[in-house]
Amino acid sequence: MPEIRVTPLGAGQDVGRSCILVSISGKNVMLDCGMHMGYNDDRRFPDFSYITQSGRLTDFLDCVIISHFHLDHCGALPYFSEMVGYDGPIYMTHPTQAICPILLEDYRKIAVDKKGEANFFTSQMIKDCMKKVVAVHLHQTVQVDDELEIKAYYAGHVLGAAMFQIKVGSESVVYTGDYNMTPDRHLGAAWIDKCRPNLLITESTYATTIRDSKRCRERDFLKKVHETVERGGKVLIPVFALGRAQELCILLETFWERMNLKVPIYFSTGLTEKANHYYKLFITWTNQKIRKTFVQRNMFEFKHIKAFDRAFADNPGPMVVFATPGMLHAGQSLQIFRKWAGNEKNMVIMPGYCVQGTVGHKILSGQRKLEMEGRQVLEVKMQVEYMSFSAHADAKGIMQLVGQAEPESVLLVHGEAKKMEFLRQKIEQEFRVSCYMPANGETVTLPTSPSIPVGISLGLLKREMVQGLLPEAKKPRLLHGTLIMKDSSFRLVSSEQALKELGLAEHQLRFTCRVHLQDTRKEQETALRVYSHLKNTLKDHCVQHLPDGSVTVESILIQAAAHSEDPGTKVLLVSWTYQDEELGSFLTALLKNGLPQAPS
Amino acid sequence: MKLYCLSGHPTLPCNVLKFKSTTIMLDCGLDMTSTLNFLPLPLVQSPRLSNLPGWSLKDGNAFLDKELKECSGHVFVDSVPEFCLPETELIDLSTVDVILISNYHCMMALPYITEHTGFTGTVYATEPTMQIGRLLMEELVNFIERVPKAQSASLWKNKDVQRLLPSPLKDAVEVSTWRRCYTMQEVNSALSKIQLVGYSQKIELFGAVQVTPLSSGYALGSSNWIIQSHYEKVSYVSGSSLLTTHPQPMDQASLKNSDVLVLTGLTQIPTANPDGMVGEFCSNLALTVRNGGNVLVPCYPSGVIYDLLECLYQYIDSAGLSNIPFYFISPVANSSLEFSQIFAEWLCHNKQSKVYLPEPPFPHAELIQTNKLKHYPSIHGDFSNDFRQPCVVFTGHPSLRFGDVVHFMELWGKSSLNTVIFTEPDFSYLEALAPYQPLAMKCTYCPIDTRLNFIQVSKLLKEVQPLHVVCPEQYTQPPPAQSHRMDLMIDCQPPAMSYRRAEVLALPFKRRYEKIEIMPELADSLVPMEIKPGISLATVSAVLHTKDNKHVLQPPPRPAQPPSSKKRKRVSEDVPDCKVLKPLLSGSIPVEQFVQTLEKHGFSDIKVEDTAKGHIVLLQEAETLIQIEEDSTHIICDNDETLRVRLRDLVLRFLQKF
Repeated sequence: MPEIRVTPLGAGQDVGRSCILVSISGKNVMLDCGMHMGYNDDRRFPDFSYITQSGRLTDFLDCVIISHFHLDHCGALPYFSEMVGYDGPIYMTHPTQAICPILLEDYRKIAVDKKGEANFFTSQMIKDCMKKVVAVHLHQTVQVDDELEIKAYYAGHVLGAAMFQIKVGSESVVYTGDYNMTPDRHLGAAWIDKCRPNLLITESTYATTIRDSKRCRERDFLKKVHETVERGGKVLIPVFALGRAQELCILLETFWERMNLKVPIYFSTGLTEKANHYYKLFITWTNQKIRKTFVQRNMFEFKHIKAFDRAFADNPGPMVVFATPGMLHAGQSLQIFRKWAGNEKNMVIMPGYCVQGTVGHKILSGQRKLEMEGRQVLEVKMQVEYMSFSAHADAKGIMQLVGQAEPESVLLVHGEAKKMEFLRQKIEQEFRVSCYMPANGETVTLPTSPSIPVGISLGLLKREMVQGLLPEAKKPRLLHGTLIMKDSSFRLVSSEQALKELGLAEHQLRFTCRVHLQDTRKEQETALRVYSHLKNTLKDHCVQHLPDGSVTVESILIQAAAHSEDPGTKVLLVSWTYQDEELGSFLTALLKNGLPQAPS
Repeated sequence: MKLYCLSGHPTLPCNVLKFKSTTIMLDCGLDMTSTLNFLPLPLVQSPRLSNLPGWSLKDGNAFLDKELKECSGHVFVDSVPEFCLPETELIDLSTVDVILISNYHCMMALPYITEHTGFTGTVYATEPTMQIGRLLMEELVNFIERVPKAQSASLWKNKDVQRLLPSPLKDAVEVSTWRRCYTMQEVNSALSKIQLVGYSQKIELFGAVQVTPLSSGYALGSSNWIIQSHYEKVSYVSGSSLLTTHPQPMDQASLKNSDVLVLTGLTQIPTANPDGMVGEFCSNLALTVRNGGNVLVPCYPSGVIYDLLECLYQYIDSAGLSNIPFYFISPVANSSLEFSQIFAEWLCHNKQSKVYLPEPPFPHAELIQTNKLKHYPSIHGDFSNDFRQPCVVFTGHPSLRFGDVVHFMELWGKSSLNTVIFTEPDFSYLEALAPYQPLAMKCTYCPIDTRLNFIQVSKLLKEVQPLHVVCPEQYTQPPPAQSHRMDLMIDCQPPAMSYRRAEVLALPFKRRYEKIEIMPELADSLVPMEIKPGISLATVSAVLHTKDNKHVLQPPPRPAQPPSSKKRKRVSEDVPDCKVLKPLLSGSIPVEQFVQTLEKHGFSDIKVEDTAKGHIVLLQEAETLIQIEEDSTHIICDNDETLRVRLRDLVLRFLQKF
């Protein structure tokens, strides 16, 4: 029985460490290879021993697909390919291929240089890993091998984010990665055609949230930032260097310009300018408005936003600082946070989701006394605000995507179990498809029943199509033929052609039945009576009286002969081939009952 | 399957392919060589051009002198320039389902087709093709509209008049169909019908045909197209290049196994080597500038100019040209330079890796930053303030009939210090220069055409092995000017089928199979039997469903249970449906075994007689006779249905059903 199997190694009832194994028609594909921001031990990477206990990764996997450059989707890639060992192809879009190694290097530096971790992947490993990458275009059908093909769709979310369709024969799975169903200030909305996959694997970060309009959130954000700087406070916005940062920069830039504000806005780390450059060069991946106007004004050239220097954090007076990383789990954003946390005039705005275990998550859940490294306790007096700017689809968006793709079943990943449960019920109710939400290491098996494609000879098909020209063309028609299976090629041809191709002669089986009739008249007259009787009885059949005196019903021949001994009896010879068996049998039975009395 | 050929220009093709139930237009090229018959449109009033004498017949009849002007022995039409459209009468263009565009040079007739023929379909093109195509059209419209010309000549087009004109006007074809340029509104409307596609994207047309663009290596976003069903494949090759310039390399492998390969858009200058020409271009340019002259390069605003700028970027300093200003003048100059930098995914590998750094893929960004290259929308405005000589000017249009180039021809034509360097291969440079004669300026001809030459074509054909090749007639004979060069034509087996304008070709195609899906429930019910080693057969009786050109076989409906009414129904109501087909039979019946079987089933008194072709088995008691031959069996019996059915089933035991 053919089946599709899905096993999350990460992101099963969890956010972070996305890594999902899919087996479809004997092909094994790994979707994403991320790290978990909430852990610093072994648990930060997916558990690849699930595969390696039975052999090498390269032998098991046909390909790896990376949906976008966020570390929770690609952070484990060099570990996976260079340290565990995988030499097969890794597919991702061009912008992901460009940006991914930079974020990996950044991540490596924090882990090794700042935290002093040993046995971490090296810069060279990142480079070697990236050499295994094959870049894909949107909508390009990439033939991984003769049977396995993949296709990328636009996912919004971040620059270069894509959803992937994985297809073998008539079976397919769609994996969304992270996506956004509403266009924002710099990216467009995710889109997929009605591709009717057997299974849709979708993220469910905001499974229970229905967000109010983007405009309200933007207004709120600007109001809060404005109020804080007006009263002389400092605003910290922890972001990831690429993605939300650019959207918020565009937002603040236009606001500053409109309000003619002078308060400085800084962007931490050297990545900024580089990041903006990527946006300029990959402008075809941004939203329509930016693409249309980029020749006149490039939205990613900011006038009000300047590079941040570590010393600026101690400057007096108001300022707005974008600092990385986004969940306050390490790096510059955490340093600035520690400096500013004690002053109630200041504000930190968390514009995105925070994984459990991070400082971001802690302060968002109301914790105000934080235990830092070295048993130090940090009291948070600054205001903590949460603004959902992260570009994930909300519940409405997820439902919308399910409606667009029309899958036969849905599987939820990249979300919290409780919220998933709610969404699962909603999907099952609304779309009447089964919906799964496996935990990490748990396998979901979906039986499938693929149809079998064969070649039908045009002669046979046309023969049927000619009948299709009749008024009841739309009515399904019965087709008879012979399927020739040779090697792996399947051809459906007419039975005559099959015999001919195989060099076999047709064996004709014919029956001739003698039916005795009481009739004193001449044979010709008997034949005529038979003819009119059959003509009246068989309205739907072609009944003919031939010049030689015989009668035909379709291809059945009826001849009348005199009885050799009894002149009052006539013998009807009814002759038909096996192909007309039903009709022949019926006719003999009919004639056995005799002819209606002729008017005398 | 038919191919309707609407254009006679081999590099600006326009063909319509009828394939299965679809009508597909392949490219939409606009032949602009017609404009060479017209007088240039000067940006600034030109006394020389406006004072050209009117042309009169040999007998002195001057009725055409308002329309035709003479310059150095050549006659030109003094009117708004007109273009030669693809054939619009050969086939009803409103029936075209889709238009596939291969590159931005081959879509210039699009507004004429989509806006004026009742076309309601979709146009498919890649994003760079669409964006740069838009720039080319915008430039063209701008060039023509900013110099309004009151006069529109038509008298000369009259067949009886045209006959009397000197060459080349006398020989101009289809003049009655020549049209003036479209408007920006028509361009926008035409472009709104484009649906963007990516390389190797499979696009389904009505479930019947699949089309796929492939990288052709010639220009940004340029593509060849595969048009295929499950059993037939047509490749459309148009404007391809195997040279390493800026675009992504050509995808040759996907062209393999084509039944028909339509081959258009080969190099127009098969004898010139593009690399050599670029070298000549640079050295001529340097020489002129060093001698204090100006260089004029008539060009399109996109394409080869990117490569030329890249060469100059490397060459300028070593040639000591660092202080020479380079000007690029076109209404779309800025857009073209900006757009070239954002199509990383459509570029060759080298340029792609630059974007990953991230750096702009083309070095003209640096030329602009360092002020070595300056661009302007036209000669008016800022340019007139910045203009310094000697300098190098890149500007259009390469026909020298409109655009800012006309101004520079008038300005620099009188000095032998200056040079005009022709790099675009689309127009004969001698004809282009004709209305400027007599000319003191130097002329250099360095045509750079990176499209396939005949050596590359024959290598390509050997590699991809199409069953049939179809091409414009120009490619099946040596060029007229080099009739001895038998190497400058397509050489393949079987010989290429050629077409010319307004011809309809029946393509040599025999469709024999079509894809059909067998539903899993039906597949499960099939009983395959092995007939020969490795070959199995299964008889299939199934219901055929056809929807959206897709065929599906489903299990036949179960025979309806006869209603259990107690009344005996009249026989006539039970007439069997003759559509229930019985399988064919094959095999032969071994007489001895058959007789044994009969005996085993209680038949006695069996007699076997030999005949010429086989045997007759007589069941004397039942007055039944069974004729058995190699490939037929005939049962002749009394009307005893039970007996007949018993005998039938015994016979069938020995036969195979199909």
